[in-house]
Amino acid sequence: MKKVFKPAVAAAAVSLAMLSQAAYSAEQFFPIPSYRVGAYGANGQAFYGGFIDYLNYVNMKDKGVNGVTLTWEECETEYNNAKGVECYERMKGKAAQSAGPIHTMSTGISYALIDKSAQDKLPLAMMGYGRTDAVDGSVFPYAFPLVTTYQMQASAIVKFVKDKLGGNLAGKKIVYLYHDSAYGKEAIVALNAEASLNKFELVQIPVAHPGNEQGAQWLKIRQEKPDFVIFWGWGVMNQTALKAAQKVGYPRDKMIGSWWTGSEEDVVPAGEAAKGYMAATWNVAGKQVPVIADIEKVVYGAGKGNLQDKAKIGTVLYNRGVSAAVLSVEAIRKGQDKYGKGKSLNGEQMRWALENLDITEARLKALGATNLLPEIKTSCANHEGSGKVKIQQWDGAKWVPVSDWIEGNKGLIHPLFQASAKQYAKEKGITPRDCSKEK
Amino acid sequence: MLYREAGQFKTSYAADQQLFPIRQDRIGLILLLAVAFLGVPMFASEYWFSAILIPFLIFALAALGLNILTGYAGQLSLGTAAFMAVGAYAAYNFQLRVEGMPILVSFICAGLTAAGVGILFGLPSLRIKGFYLAVATLAAQFFIVWCLTKFPWLSNNSSSGVISAQNIEILGYAFDTPRDKYLLVLAIVVLLALAAKNMVRSTTGRAWMAVRDMDVAASVIGIRLMRTKLLAFAVSSFYCGVAGALYAYCYLGSVEPDGFSLDMSFRILFMVIIGGVGSILGSFLGAAFILLLPIFLDIALPFFAGLFGLPFSSATVSHIQILVFGALIMFFLIVEPHGLARLWQIAKEKLRLWPFPH
Repeated sequence: MKKVFKPAVAAAAVSLAMLSQAAYSAEQFFPIPSYRVGAYGANGQAFYGGFIDYLNYVNMKDKGVNGVTLTWEECETEYNNAKGVECYERMKGKAAQSAGPIHTMSTGISYALIDKSAQDKLPLAMMGYGRTDAVDGSVFPYAFPLVTTYQMQASAIVKFVKDKLGGNLAGKKIVYLYHDSAYGKEAIVALNAEASLNKFELVQIPVAHPGNEQGAQWLKIRQEKPDFVIFWGWGVMNQTALKAAQKVGYPRDKMIGSWWTGSEEDVVPAGEAAKGYMAATWNVAGKQVPVIADIEKVVYGAGKGNLQDKAKIGTVLYNRGVSAAVLSVEAIRKGQDKYGKGKSLNGEQMRWALENLDITEARLKALGATNLLPEIKTSCANHEGSGKVKIQQWDGAKWVPVSDWIEGNKGLIHPLFQASAKQYAKEKGITPRDCSKEK
Repeated sequence: MLYREAGQFKTSYAADQQLFPIRQDRIGLILLLAVAFLGVPMFASEYWFSAILIPFLIFALAALGLNILTGYAGQLSLGTAAFMAVGAYAAYNFQLRVEGMPILVSFICAGLTAAGVGILFGLPSLRIKGFYLAVATLAAQFFIVWCLTKFPWLSNNSSSGVISAQNIEILGYAFDTPRDKYLLVLAIVVLLALAAKNMVRSTTGRAWMAVRDMDVAASVIGIRLMRTKLLAFAVSSFYCGVAGALYAYCYLGSVEPDGFSLDMSFRILFMVIIGGVGSILGSFLGAAFILLLPIFLDIALPFFAGLFGLPFSSATVSHIQILVFGALIMFFLIVEPHGLARLWQIAKEKLRLWPFPH
């Protein structure tokens, strides 16, 4: 046992020493607990590829943010909670001086890090996933479920369905087909609230993990004859659902998935069965977005691209990685405006910046990211900042946006978050901040 | 030379029957405990506490639990993670629903709850054996995880089934830093490990081993099979339950049912196999091997790659790590099928003769 310890200490000490030498000029450090191997490795490759490409792009094109170079270190989590915690603990020492927001792309790891990151004063970004009640920043100062959450997304999807069905959902029937896990169950509370508000019938059908057999579920859907199917799938479950829908003859253009079910990886394996299928997303796909095209030109032109498989550029998940990086870099700009240009930001300063983000349409246009992601304006009481998604449709070869940005019913959903956050605060003995005193 | 028992005379039954009959072992253990309780807290960094030492101790405890059941009583189980889940959720609910419940009592109650569930899933062991029993305990794995997601009461109506552990406070002292938590976990693990060491050489432990070696013969000499097997399930699940509660309260802080997956059960089973089936020390060695080696490779590989100027991305490191890890497991199983504990035993025997072997 001891024999294993000693070289580990030595190796860690040497690598730390080597790294700290490089930290003299102003740098903004991003700890990146990423995953590129394992069951969800393909998703992680695209997302983190996009994320790092954008950081590189900012470094190459603008020489960093006001002269502050962006640096990062990756640590492989394999989408495993325990490994995620280990990675976080390993990198947090380096992040003590300057820390970009931490993107784990995993609900499980985020849950495990929520308390720790608040203690260590490092901001945790959970874009589009959870813990969702962290929208209430008074209880969760260091956690940011930016852009959208499962509940707001479900609410936005219901709004879209309502428009499709002529503006009235009374007496209609919607099936909620979901992955029977924490992820799948998050949206139920929102859908129940929507169902009682809009008076439609909600039929919940769970699918056990991994969901590669859905015969019974789709038989039930055929019997129920729903007007729409809202679909909260995960991994292999997605393509299976599309094929099963084709088998029982349920029209795919009446199926709307969550943003975890709407990437190329989900629909391409289903082949023809996926055509017409719709999914929510908080960022658009494709290379027509100027900043994506520019990244390909600048970063890949110089041979510094992060992806080995260039075909992934412009996919939904790649663009999502870029969107996450755009937000993070904009937060750095915001923070530097307050704490001094050309200086790196520590976790606390970064937290302030993330809480005071204001990215307007004009700013997105200047970045070449028009329509890549929605406008965002965060505050202490609202760490989500947007709550908007777009609905996109798979035409057999690519994702095509079929709606404008749709905002979920904030008045209905946000009180749910506040109630949940309040309960959390009570369990943990946290005294919430007074948001009216924050500035 | 140093490790020799010559001259250590045992003049009373108590001396003959003590837990560690060799004086050097006793000194070694006391030194180890002194280092663990006093030395480590002074020098270890936060990273060592929260990423290495705490998970190591918790998994060692879970492996110890499984070792009691599989190694000593011979009942193969694949439900270890599920029993840990029972422990974690039980501790959470006791803390939540009983006003003013001391946390340590919650941990014990969590262990007892897990023991109860363990007995329930141990019932099939009266009729089926070996691999078939493993399949029956697989049912526990799936059933319990399903149960925890299915009934929202168990997670206090959390929309996602995730629970967030309450703060730990004992006699007015808040255990909130990683070092405090490490000391708490260490104390509990040491106590339970010594209890286990004692238990396996008592009547109960001997009955377990008799059942393991041949249950028909054991029943002929008057060992009651039902009681013995169910007791093994109960004790084993108690250990796993406490480990689960510590996993939630001292390590991750918040857990979801899916986190206690079959994958985790397998990992704990591998710890037992690699460490040594039927050995208390083996549980610790196995946990150290399975848990620490990947982390060590993770840190050391990029360092060596940097030394030789090889371009290693974190994904490559991860691939190589899995490769090396698998190869090492195979190597150990071929060279020493009885696990790391057996290697330690051989080393001890060699040491006794050193430097003058016959």
